[in-house]
Amino acid sequence: MTAWLARRLLWGAATVLGVLGFLFVLFFATADPEDIAKRALGEKAPPEAVAQWIANHGYDRPRVWNPADPTDTMLFEHYRRMLAFDFGRSDADDVPIAQRLRAGVGVSLSLTVPLFLLGIPLALGASLLVAFFRETYIDRAGVVLAVVAMSVSILIYILAGQYVVGVLLRWFPISGFDIDPAVVARFLALPVGVGLLHGLGSDVRFYRTVFVEETSRDYVRTAFAKGAGDGRVMARHVLPNAMLPILTHEVVRIPGLFTGALLLESFFGIPGLGSMTVDAINANDFATLRVMVYVGALLFIAAQIATDVAYTVADPRVRLG
Amino acid sequence: MEAHVARNLLVAGLALAAGLAAWRVRRSPFWSERLAEVAWRRPLALAVIAGFAAVAALDTVSWRGAPEGAGLTEPRSALVRVFPDEFREASYSAPFADVEFYGGAPLRHPGRHVLGTDILGRDVLLLTLQGAKVALLVGGLTCLIAVPLALLFGVPAGWFGGRLDDLVFFLVSTLASMPSILLLIALVTAIGRGPVQVCFALAVTGWVGFCRLARAETLKIRELDYVQAARALGVPTRRILWRHVLPNLTHLIVITFVLTFSGLVLSEAVLSWLGLGLDGSWGQMIDQARDELSRAPVIWWNLGAASAALFTLILAVNRVGDAVRDVLDPRTVRERA
Repeated sequence: MTAWLARRLLWGAATVLGVLGFLFVLFFATADPEDIAKRALGEKAPPEAVAQWIANHGYDRPRVWNPADPTDTMLFEHYRRMLAFDFGRSDADDVPIAQRLRAGVGVSLSLTVPLFLLGIPLALGASLLVAFFRETYIDRAGVVLAVVAMSVSILIYILAGQYVVGVLLRWFPISGFDIDPAVVARFLALPVGVGLLHGLGSDVRFYRTVFVEETSRDYVRTAFAKGAGDGRVMARHVLPNAMLPILTHEVVRIPGLFTGALLLESFFGIPGLGSMTVDAINANDFATLRVMVYVGALLFIAAQIATDVAYTVADPRVRLG
Repeated sequence: MEAHVARNLLVAGLALAAGLAAWRVRRSPFWSERLAEVAWRRPLALAVIAGFAAVAALDTVSWRGAPEGAGLTEPRSALVRVFPDEFREASYSAPFADVEFYGGAPLRHPGRHVLGTDILGRDVLLLTLQGAKVALLVGGLTCLIAVPLALLFGVPAGWFGGRLDDLVFFLVSTLASMPSILLLIALVTAIGRGPVQVCFALAVTGWVGFCRLARAETLKIRELDYVQAARALGVPTRRILWRHVLPNLTHLIVITFVLTFSGLVLSEAVLSWLGLGLDGSWGQMIDQARDELSRAPVIWWNLGAASAALFTLILAVNRVGDAVRDVLDPRTVRERA
């Protein structure tokens, strides 16, 4: 187990280095520093200001190889700073990126955590119901509904939600955010509802397949034969045995909770990390985008290792060696 | 060669390829039987997809010369000739209206605009139909980049194993660990916003899953008796991969192609909203219509037409995709029987 964990962690570290290499190629090797500077300062910026900006943001070093001092290159500096979590300043407005991350992560979590926690029981409940009625018209209708729900773009869910609930019914505000926990629930209700509706279709389709496979096994027939009730069989026998795919499916979503829901945050005016990313795109803020991809990848790699460990806990048949 | 001639040739080439594929399918009992079953289960969805493809083809085939001798020199597509520019209005008008939406001035061509006109007076039906070409381009071209890429890495990784396998696995897990929407945005910001660049970015984020699948499947096929026999007989590796391994991946290729397609078109809509999408796509129409929802009275037909078209195509592809998977995937055949 220890040897396995050490190998797994080593592999995770190698992947982190790979991600950083990829980001370097994407953002440093292809972009001309002068262009980046001019995007931040404007086309007509004086040459001295451009040179100063390039030096301040570390774009003035040789890219990969410096014969005088091998550590004084963009590549080395990129790895050193990212691995030390020294994210530097935004390319657009010089605000320290770490400060922005700290300010945005709580806001993002206040949207994504309810979405995640409400989404799991909703999806699992609906899928168990559909799987219980497999090969009947309820099942067919459920599958068709799930495919229909999947086929609607998230943009349409958001626009329709804002228009129907916010403008026509006037139940909740269309967009906005507040730090006060008493008020914020009113702002979050609509984005959470829209997010739940959007995720439900593909989740139900996925989990139905998982549950249908389980319900056709012998132990389910045995459980029914010994007289266990419908609800008991589905909840106590089928659900725990389907835990492996559920874990795989849900744990990899946890890193996404921190980086925020891009579209929901931006449409509903929630100032989290998703909105921050959208702003960075609109402002051509490469430094912030880079950090967002890096942080997202770090969290994802950590979550994958956690999933592998969780397998052993959830399913005694899995042994790691 | 002029651009519109090249595009016409491209359409002819695609039609030829489709005909050739149909001929190959007819000659193979396995594939013609499977195709017949998909067609029998999803006739409507297939007809919808064929309709969109026909519209896209009509929108691409173009030639010079004006229908009414107006002396226009720009080449125009067959579709544009049905809804010519001469029927443009000054601004918004509702479907089937006689007067403009704001102001109430009489329209120049009342009754011409079945789905109304947009802010520039362009016919919404024409814009919506033109979006079909963009959607099929996004889905089709991206799959044509992503699937060969996945095979190129996945099949050798599964066949040769060892260092090569480690390298491919490293590459794939590196790409997969970045959040896909962020990776997509980063790629498009870095390599540019043209149609080919966007399709390439979508392909880079989308090929990973299929690469894993192709690798795992190759590992399995490698150990099968007839492949072992071919190796023992001294058949060159290249020939084994081409004649024995690839044909046994075909069903996976078809399934992946159809199931990925709809996700790609939806991703493009999201990119459009971020300002990174393709010109003329339904996503862009939806994005532009967003502000129109806050006008009073509300302009709904732009958004409605683009959303309905997007939904119809995606639903049709998803339904066909489900049927294709049921028919071709040996794992689901049991459930069907």
